[in-house]
Parts: sequence; structure tokens; C-alpha cells
Amino acid sequence: MKIGVLALQGDFAEHVSMLKKLGVETAEVRLPEHLKSLDGLIIPGGESTTIGKLAVTYGLMEPLREFGKSRAIWGTCAGAIFLSSDIGRDQPLLGLMSIKVLRNAFGRQVDSFETDLDIEELYKATGTERPYHAVFIRAPIIESVSGSARVLSALEDGRIVAAQQGHLLATSFHPELTDDTRFHEYFISLAG
Amino acid sequence: MQPNTVAWTEKKGLAQMLKGGVIMDVVNVEHAKIAEDAGACAVMALERVPADIRADGGVARMSDPDMILKIMDAVSIPVMAKCRIGHFVEAQILESIGVDYIDESEVLTPADEEHHILKHNFKVPFVCGCRNIGEALRRIGEGAAMIRTKGEAGTGDVVEAVRHARTVIGAIRQLQTMGDEELMAFAKNNGAPYELVKETKELGRMPVVNFAAGGVATPADAALMMQLGVDGVFVGSGIFKSGNPAQRAQAIVKAVTHYQDASILAEVSKNLGEAMVGRNISQMPEADKIAGRGW
Repeated sequence: MKIGVLALQGDFAEHVSMLKKLGVETAEVRLPEHLKSLDGLIIPGGESTTIGKLAVTYGLMEPLREFGKSRAIWGTCAGAIFLSSDIGRDQPLLGLMSIKVLRNAFGRQVDSFETDLDIEELYKATGTERPYHAVFIRAPIIESVSGSARVLSALEDGRIVAAQQGHLLATSFHPELTDDTRFHEYFISLAG
Repeated sequence: MQPNTVAWTEKKGLAQMLKGGVIMDVVNVEHAKIAEDAGACAVMALERVPADIRADGGVARMSDPDMILKIMDAVSIPVMAKCRIGHFVEAQILESIGVDYIDESEVLTPADEEHHILKHNFKVPFVCGCRNIGEALRRIGEGAAMIRTKGEAGTGDVVEAVRHARTVIGAIRQLQTMGDEELMAFAKNNGAPYELVKETKELGRMPVVNFAAGGVATPADAALMMQLGVDGVFVGSGIFKSGNPAQRAQAIVKAVTHYQDASILAEVSKNLGEAMVGRNISQMPEADKIAGRGW
């Protein structure tokens, strides 16, 4: 099992360190040739505009779309934006997931927050029942899911914060900023 | 360690999202858009870039909130703004208008020559400059959620940023070879909080994100700082005081991502036009240097 982390910009080192904790081999991806021999890919948090522009410049858009057809990809925050098909503004998107995302949906940095989520799928996959403590930083929300995409988790007011479409996963929060490895374990199970 | 502070995970976390990126000084909406289009991960909104603050002399203060708000409206990336060292009311004002990060900065004229702002009380995160590990850990002790080297802002000379980054990273390496019984003496000698010294040793790095700042003017400068071990780069006067800001901005963004790939660095360094004129630090009178501000 070898999982890549897109290392154009953002908190890729935090994802690498979570994967290492779980004993998974990792690789940093900056150019198309770095995608070879990977079983899955994480697109980290960061600035989605920066990540998108660098992906276009270094010819990663098509190779990433191709990769996502058969292999697992998980986007956290900026990564979720990048995976989506519609964000209501003009910036490079992979369009791999049938989800509509709204950037900075909660406001600015002073509106960033933490909250506990109940995620049935995660409990089942990891045999646990502890709530999942999620960190939202200038976070997006998933406005709607369509096609084969489904809601994995929503806030109490119904706003969607995690979605899955087969082997593709999007979360608007940052599991890599916590000590809880369950989301990474869940993703590895999708990649394996 | 989870310090007794408001929203520590979120404050520290936003800096983690900026890693591997370039934060650019901008003085108006037009600059801010050029920076965002070039791939900046955040912008620093201020009325004058450090090179102009140097040239103008006089007291440099927080920028007009209206100018900062216009930049916040114009771009979707995080917007930072500077307050004077120790000027906690300027910080309260910046927090109230919703800036994403406050730089308690030596580039502005200090408002307090003994104390920095107690940053734990704010929900908005702060970044502070440092020249050495003691200064860095004192700022984190006060609640800074991000650290940057001071360098020597507005000069286009990278030498001080290199000195400060090497000093900090060298001290962290030294810490890792020390026995636990040596840490209190290290804390004393460096004027650093003991708990943070201990945490830095355990982590093998600073407990918060550490950027380079103060004199970065070229893609090669940016990659140099990254290879020395910083997490990302601030570029102040280096972009908008150069011949072709948009192209230079893009080149520096690419250089920070591909900082280990010399062939890409060569590619992005081609035909950038004139870099900022720059001011050689070795010929600068002591009184003109600003890195010494901060205590």
C-alpha cells in the first residue's frame, strides 16, 4: 500500500505524518510522474486557488482525473473544493465528484471552529463509537450532492461537511490536524 | 501542549494551511488581484511596502481599515494586516474588521519598547518575527500561532533572513542532542519559556509554522529559504518593487513548490526582468536596521 499526498501547497506534511503513524508508505506528488505506482492520493488543505493554478501549470489536471477513475482520492478542505464539479466561480477544478461546494462558507478566520460529528460510516468501518472531533478552518461546505455521490456527514443544521462517491472522499474539515487517525484508516480501506 | 488560549488549533491550523506557499505584500486592490492570480496563498494588506516605509521615514502605523476591507472584498484568499509591536488596540481594530491574521511587525514603528501584545486573548491568530530561538519561543509563549524570520525588510538582501533561519534551525538541532537535564539552562540562556523548549526538543521543530521573511527578492532566494528548512515564504517589497510583478510573483510561487528541483528553478528564473534594486545590508548604518525592534 502506497499513498501519495499532493504536495503543491498546503498541509501535506501533516497528512504524510498521519499515514506514517498507520504504517503506510507515502510519496509527495508535485509532477505527473509522481503518480506512478500509487494506490491512492490525498489532496490536502491549503489554498484551493494556489493548488489549482499549480496543478494546471505542471500538467497535473488530466493525470489526476485519470487517476481518480480507478483509484481512491480524498480531498480535505481545499482538496474537497478541488475534487468538486461546481463552486460557483471560475477556478481550476478536477470535477471528479458530483458535489457542489461553497468556499469560505462559514466566514473568515475568526469564524473557524471545532465540533463533534457523529459519522455512522466511520464507526462501522473502525469499530468505534466515539464522536469524531472535526476542525473547520475557513472551511467550505458541500452545498449539494448528486449522481452517485452521497452524504457522509452533516452538521446539526443539515449543512453537508463530508461526502463520498465510490472510492472518492471529500471532507470540509481537517482530520490531519487531530490525533484521531480514524478518517485516514477509513480512506486506506477505500484505497486497498 | 495545548496552551491556555482561545481557538489554538484553529489559529495554528490556518498557518498550517499556508505552508508551502507565498504570502505577498500588497498596497491596493489591483496588487491583491495580481497576487491571487499568481497563486499567493495569502496577502498582507498594507499602505506602504517596507522599502517605501524605509525611504519615507517617520512613524509607520497600522493601515487604514477601509483600505484593508477593500482588499478583503477583492480576493478569496486569507488577508493579513500589520499592527505595531505592543499596540494591542490596533490589533483589536484589525480583529474587529475580520482580518485573517495579524502580523505584530517590526516593520512598523514599535508602540511599546518592553512588551509585546498578549496574543492568547485574541481569536484572530498572530504571526511574529524572530532572529533566534529565544525570541521565537517568547512570541509563541505570548500566543503567536505562526513565526517568521525578521530578515531585514525592504532591502532585497536575503542575508539576514538566512542568518535568522540558520540561527533558529541550528538551535533546534542543538536542542535535539541535549539531555533533558540541560534544557533548563538552555531556556535560561536563550530567554525562552522552559515548556516550549521541551516541546521544541520533542517535536524536532518549532511548535508552530515557521516562514521566512525580510529580503526575499528572487525565486532562488525563496527556494534557498525552503531548503534551509522553513515552511513557506513572505515576499514584501520584492514583488511590486520589481520590473514585472505578475511574472515574478508566479515564479516565486513555483519556486516554493519545486524548491528542490533545480531545473524547474532555472526555468522560472528566466527573463524575469529587473529585480528590486535592493540595499546591501553590510553598508547600512545600524540605526537604519529594523530587525532589532522587538524584545
